[in-house]
Amino acid sequence: MHERTVSQLSAGLRSGEFSSVELTRAFLDRIDRHDSSLNCFISVDADRALAQAASADERIRRKEAGSLTGIPIAHKDIFCTRGLRTTCGSRILENFVAPYDAAVVERLERAGVVTLGKTNLDEFAMGSSNENSYFGVTRNPWDLKAVPGGSSGGSAAAVAARLCAAATGTDTGGSIRQPASHCGVTGIKPTYGRVSRWGMVAFASSLDQGGVLAQNAEDAALLLQAIAGFDDRDSTSADVAVPDYRESLMNELDGLRIGLPREYFEEGLDPSVAAVVEAAVQVLREQGASVHDITLPNADLAVAAYYVVASAEASSNLARFDGVRFGYRCQNPTDILDLYTRTRGEGFGAEVKRRIMVGTYVLSAGYYDAYYLKAQQVRRVIRNDFSRAFEQVDVIAGPVSPTPAFAIGEKAEDPVTMYLSDVYTISPNLAGLPSMSVPAGIVSGRPVGLQLIGNYFREGQLLQVGHRYQQSSSWHEQMPEGYRVRL
Amino acid sequence: MSTIDGPEVLRIAHLARIAIRDEDVAQYARNLTEILHLVERMNQLDTDRVVPMAHPLDAVQRLRDDEITETNERDRFQRLAPTTQSGLYLVPKVID
Repeated sequence: MHERTVSQLSAGLRSGEFSSVELTRAFLDRIDRHDSSLNCFISVDADRALAQAASADERIRRKEAGSLTGIPIAHKDIFCTRGLRTTCGSRILENFVAPYDAAVVERLERAGVVTLGKTNLDEFAMGSSNENSYFGVTRNPWDLKAVPGGSSGGSAAAVAARLCAAATGTDTGGSIRQPASHCGVTGIKPTYGRVSRWGMVAFASSLDQGGVLAQNAEDAALLLQAIAGFDDRDSTSADVAVPDYRESLMNELDGLRIGLPREYFEEGLDPSVAAVVEAAVQVLREQGASVHDITLPNADLAVAAYYVVASAEASSNLARFDGVRFGYRCQNPTDILDLYTRTRGEGFGAEVKRRIMVGTYVLSAGYYDAYYLKAQQVRRVIRNDFSRAFEQVDVIAGPVSPTPAFAIGEKAEDPVTMYLSDVYTISPNLAGLPSMSVPAGIVSGRPVGLQLIGNYFREGQLLQVGHRYQQSSSWHEQMPEGYRVRL
Repeated sequence: MSTIDGPEVLRIAHLARIAIRDEDVAQYARNLTEILHLVERMNQLDTDRVVPMAHPLDAVQRLRDDEITETNERDRFQRLAPTTQSGLYLVPKVID
């Protein structure tokens, strides 16, 4: 059962071929069997999952089921779940149990999904390898020596190894697309404001966006449909109608204009990844799309601007972790300052501390204009570059990451090298644009994704292009060795 | 280009309310300096007349009616706290 997509599982549930309880048990068994080596999950709650499955079965029996009713999924452990701990991969929230559900969790549960558990991530979503988790690194099911990518690495690896049917993720600078690419799954980061951030623990509020990771574009469409839409509890939620994503999936690509930004194919891109992207674009061309050379002249400044904006916002957002109202508190504080500083010194990992300090520095007296204001100006320039590009083309295609998944430990000691590996994914976050990763090849046993970037609120078009590509390719159907076996 | 030295690391750590072990100061100084060098690549671009961008869609703050929408859930929220007493959060003495 685990090899099937969400839409196939949904059909199986509704035809009575198997029940949600049986399906949920099958995934729980797979987690039992494989997760000790992969470490995709921080928490698994079998009782909760089976109870949800039983009520999904009841809904199915009453013929009140939607297309997600009874489907077992997992949430990145940055979405608050009432009664199930939310750690953000951090010691400071090791035992934190949120008093409410995130909007994304709420909407999916209303649609009837079964929550298997919470997936591993880089601490507070800060990282590109899942090596920054207090709960240990997640391994890439395609190669246990390789990182799964990050920060939604647990979600990506869990979908790739079919430990869940699909999973949620968040993306601040590539955290859905890069792990999706490294693990050979389909991941979409919607337009900023498309999915409510309510109950999603904030890292960089002007960049963070929730999304999904799934086996293919059709499944991603089903899940995004359930979570997209206005929410007045998130002040940046966009009050823009959500189209029917599944309806447009099969539309022809005739007349679609695809832009290849030349800056995305310059020095630094592994030739094997370039070859994968070019072959994928050729498939789209054969389906009727036209391909155009475009330019994003300031793309190389995105990483620089990002580490100012994201760090500044993180330093402010993470000020709430002070050992007073929730979360970890240090032992025997001598005074209030000691309470704050030791709680945070002991509760946060190295990368989170680095970013809080960078953010504190760039916002400190005398430095604001040189860093934060400058970064906000660069951000507008980058957005304007995209606006110009979207006058010429409908969708932008390129690589997700310069290389396939790198080895665990390879970049762990060198933050700047790690940051630079996000060079292709960061600009859409700065501009607030939707973007997607679609499996497009395998290089030396490790998957490689194709990145698609769309104009504002054109998630439907990205899903359509992804789906059409998947009608003519089978990379999304490949599974890592060792995870095929049925139980 | 900016260089962050040991005393500067401690000053920033104090502002950020993060305790740093003495043996880690040099490493933070090195990392933060490298990160600032990366960030300063922005200076290649002349942005003199560019309006800073605060929101990708230039959205403005949405306002709502001034009505009470939340109920007081002090007990529920305080159950999450490390220590409370009589409905108050307990911290070390702040004022003598």
